[in-house]
Amino acid sequence: MRPFSYQRATDPTAAVQALGAAAAANTPLTKATAQPLAGGTTLIDLMKLDVMRPAGIVDINPLAQGWSAIELKGDGLRLGALAKMADVAAHAEIERHYPVIANSLKLAASAQLRNMATLGGNVMQRTRCSYFRDVTYENCNKRNPGSGCAAMDGVNRMHAVLGVSDQCIATYPGDFAQALIALDAMVEITGRSGTRNMPFAELHKAPGSTPDIETTLQPGELISAFSVSGRWPRSVYLKARDRQSYEFALSSAAVALDAQDGTVREARIALGGVATVPWRAREAEALLKGQKFDDGLAQRVADAAFAEARGRRHNSFKIALGKRVVARALQQAVTMEI
Amino acid sequence: MTAAAPEPKENMGQPVSRYDAVVKVTGRATYASDMPLDNPAYAFLVTSAIAKGRIDRFGLDDARGVRGVIEIVTYENAPKLKDSKLFSDGGYAGTTIQPLKSAEISHDGEIIAVVVAESYEAAREAANRVKVSYTATAPSATFDSPGTTAAAAKGQNAQFKEDAKVGDFAKAFDAAEVKLTAAYDTPTQHHNPMELFTTSCAWMGDNLVIYEGSQYVYGLKNGVAEQLGIDADKVRVVNPYVGGGFGSRGSMTPRTAIIAAIARRLNRPIKLVPTRDQGFTITTYRAETRHEIKLGASRDGKLVALRHEGAEISSRADAYCVGGTKTTTRLYACANVDSLVSIVRADRNTPGFMRSPPEVPYLFALESAMDELAVKLNIDPVELRRINDTTNEPIGGKPYTSRALMACFDEAAKAFGWAQRSPQPRSMSDGDWLIGHGCAATCYPTQMAPSAARVRLQRDGRTRVEIAGHEIGTGAYTVIAQTAAERLGVPLEKVAVFMGDSDLPPAPVAGGSNSTASTCSAVMMVCDQIRQRLFKAVMPGQSLTDRAKETVGLGQTPATQAAKSDRPLDLEKAFDALGVGVVEEYGEWKPEGAPLDSFRAMHSGHPRLVGGHQMKDQIAYAFGAEFVEVRVNRFTHEIRCPRLVGAFAAGRIVNPRTARSQLMGGLIWGMSSALLEATEIDERNARYVNDNLADYLLPVNADVSGVEVIMLSEQDDRINPAGVKGLGELANVGTNAAICNAIHHATGQRIRKLPVRLENIEV
Repeated sequence: MRPFSYQRATDPTAAVQALGAAAAANTPLTKATAQPLAGGTTLIDLMKLDVMRPAGIVDINPLAQGWSAIELKGDGLRLGALAKMADVAAHAEIERHYPVIANSLKLAASAQLRNMATLGGNVMQRTRCSYFRDVTYENCNKRNPGSGCAAMDGVNRMHAVLGVSDQCIATYPGDFAQALIALDAMVEITGRSGTRNMPFAELHKAPGSTPDIETTLQPGELISAFSVSGRWPRSVYLKARDRQSYEFALSSAAVALDAQDGTVREARIALGGVATVPWRAREAEALLKGQKFDDGLAQRVADAAFAEARGRRHNSFKIALGKRVVARALQQAVTMEI
Repeated sequence: MTAAAPEPKENMGQPVSRYDAVVKVTGRATYASDMPLDNPAYAFLVTSAIAKGRIDRFGLDDARGVRGVIEIVTYENAPKLKDSKLFSDGGYAGTTIQPLKSAEISHDGEIIAVVVAESYEAAREAANRVKVSYTATAPSATFDSPGTTAAAAKGQNAQFKEDAKVGDFAKAFDAAEVKLTAAYDTPTQHHNPMELFTTSCAWMGDNLVIYEGSQYVYGLKNGVAEQLGIDADKVRVVNPYVGGGFGSRGSMTPRTAIIAAIARRLNRPIKLVPTRDQGFTITTYRAETRHEIKLGASRDGKLVALRHEGAEISSRADAYCVGGTKTTTRLYACANVDSLVSIVRADRNTPGFMRSPPEVPYLFALESAMDELAVKLNIDPVELRRINDTTNEPIGGKPYTSRALMACFDEAAKAFGWAQRSPQPRSMSDGDWLIGHGCAATCYPTQMAPSAARVRLQRDGRTRVEIAGHEIGTGAYTVIAQTAAERLGVPLEKVAVFMGDSDLPPAPVAGGSNSTASTCSAVMMVCDQIRQRLFKAVMPGQSLTDRAKETVGLGQTPATQAAKSDRPLDLEKAFDALGVGVVEEYGEWKPEGAPLDSFRAMHSGHPRLVGGHQMKDQIAYAFGAEFVEVRVNRFTHEIRCPRLVGAFAAGRIVNPRTARSQLMGGLIWGMSSALLEATEIDERNARYVNDNLADYLLPVNADVSGVEVIMLSEQDDRINPAGVKGLGELANVGTNAAICNAIHHATGQRIRKLPVRLENIEV
């Protein structure tokens, strides 16, 4: 870890000003000299590893008073970005109306981490790619643009099969983001010129030729809230992993259905553990619309979800696994009692 | 009595609470890096980013510019140290690869620089700023990598003397009615004890004190003295508590002498706290192994031929090997046995002891093969073991001192409900989960080593036991206190135990599960010396016969008192007769069959372990049987292990509470080894990839739902005075095979490579 300055932001304006002031043009957010500190569960870790070397930290925890509300109003949901994962996971109304959100949070990380980590920080969690996290590897296009990718032909069991490029195959590690993208959530962003809203699906950027740019967020911008319209009681989050807790997904599926008597009116499917970004399987969803659900259809949907998947030496199993996870999640969603 | 403190059966002591329970749960136990130092400097290691090649140059300007940096030590300016031989060649070292000696790099993560600074933070920052230019050459990472060399272990490893064989294997296998040939693989594993591999060194004049978690303070003291070229009497190693060892702290690692020498140069105490990932490369590990088993049997299940060939990875420099065929060739009755162990050299650090080093990989192979054979023969796997049970090992024909293998199988089978199992694979399920039941034998050699002890008894019964043993979390303080209290007949709460200090009388390495047997035998002997002195004081005309030794207690009536008519000695009267306030005795104990140089070796840091199959006219092992339930998800193929049941017989159980904890931890680790643990190696560069506790998977609480430990009553008077077999390494041996056998039962699929991942399951 390298020395850094520490500053507590007492209100949103001060926070975005402190974060924006140091921002240089064309610097990716992840390399910005000032970084926001919320739960700290990713940032501090990466600073200890020397992967992130911010000159200054802006502690935004004082904003929690205004930014951590959990509100169900009308038929929608609004979640403050500084709400703790644990608090949202255990919220009775969220468990009832949005099981996919509650479960994606409950199955993430460990109890200790969920107590510290915030929703906003969680969706911004950076990849667990071992080569990204080990600075003794020069070749990481995410850390050192243009340097190559050590994971491509290295140990890549945990890596992505969807949304990959020839520059980067690092997996987006989180769970909650799959629930958000499945539910067409909006994200509220607070910047120096006020707040703006955009679809959550536009937040993350697939690596393409610029794996160092991970989101559309600019230095000086903070996520202040997430919102979801409608209730999604028929929704599940299914996560396959090596151990029963405190482990990233090898494959996960967030599924939300509007279905009656086995006929699907509308379906939402998002995939985790297999893609470089929170991944919405829209073409697969389309196969379900208006159809009577059966296992054969589930299989076709699952196949469609992974039609574009590309495996590498150690992670090809994720394609078959991911399909079974999608099919099973759909079956669970169709048959769940609400 | 509770599950955690089981009711003692015959030949078991009381399940008293841990001697060190309160200091540990209140955080007052001082581990090595907790020891206060006077104005210390802080060291941080820089380790190599290549596994083979050389350092062209260092760029140190940036690092030197960090405020608080005192010195950066590289091979160009490192203190000169003498080499130490590998422990198996009569030295102290776990590796002969000595860092900071030249520009050459021999393995991933080798120490290439030590940054010393006024604070830990400055040292760490400067270490991050050290730039290194290398010329890398392609390393050989593991089996099948180009450039590895293989050769028989015999002839290159001094401790591996012979490949066991008897009869005519080839002929018998050829003629066998039923044959099985199968290959098995086990992965690289790392110990990852909670306490990091820290070292603090402080000089006072010519005297050095080392604070370091060690499983062998006498070995470390003598080894560091040798490397520094100073008298061993000038070195003291202190570690009253050790935060887990598992073998990783049994031999000296290069870091200690380096830190000691830098502290001497700077004339200042130095504290080194390496990171978790550095722990993967600056100490030892369990190397990956490969096995081929051939079993020949008659239709009725009698083994007629057994061959076990094992290959193990080691470094270019050292011929380390575990050679578990010494156990697998002797476990079952079989007239025709053959074996071969070979060592494959790669560009890796030297591997070393990790909990049950030989038995974990080698019994995984044998006990998997036995299950495969049982399936082939359509014989219940428990019955197949019964058919091949034996009282004498087949290689030399020596009798087991005691052997409760089948009693363990029967007890564990009953507790598990084995009889309710439907034997057909894929015949049991629960919703999304296929259920499988499996079992395997477990065993571990009974080993002892010479040990000394000093015991001081006061008139009021207060007792002080001094022995340079090691509390690595096993309960060593507790069982030594219990032994002294019982032998002297004083209340347990009056006994104080001092350990973890090389200024105390020598004890052997806390390895090979020998500690309780060795230290308690020594403490018993020295307590008897005290009893003899007191006895002579009150009955000067009489000699203390062996019988009287057993029957004359002090203060209280000892548990072992055979003749109730013998009145306990009145302690105060005896002290008055002697006319002293304190009686103190020192003694040195050695097991039967220990070599002639035992006591000398004990003081110079060489444990002379004896036991197992190396005893003259007998063979001594502890046994057990393990039964597991696995669940395999039909859809995700996730594998979970909700139930582990083990029954064990290990001679006298000094404390059923601490023993249960050891066995329970063993079962859990066994499950971890089967399903989770593996160090991933990038074959391109021979570097470890998942060198942290998030990516190197260990079970979390949610993975461990049911563990049942059954301890059988067993008395064995042929092993050592304490009657103890040792069980620290007993329980994690059979679990790997039991789990794979259960996965076969659940899915019909035989998996021969560990760990089992969900992608290996094809339901």
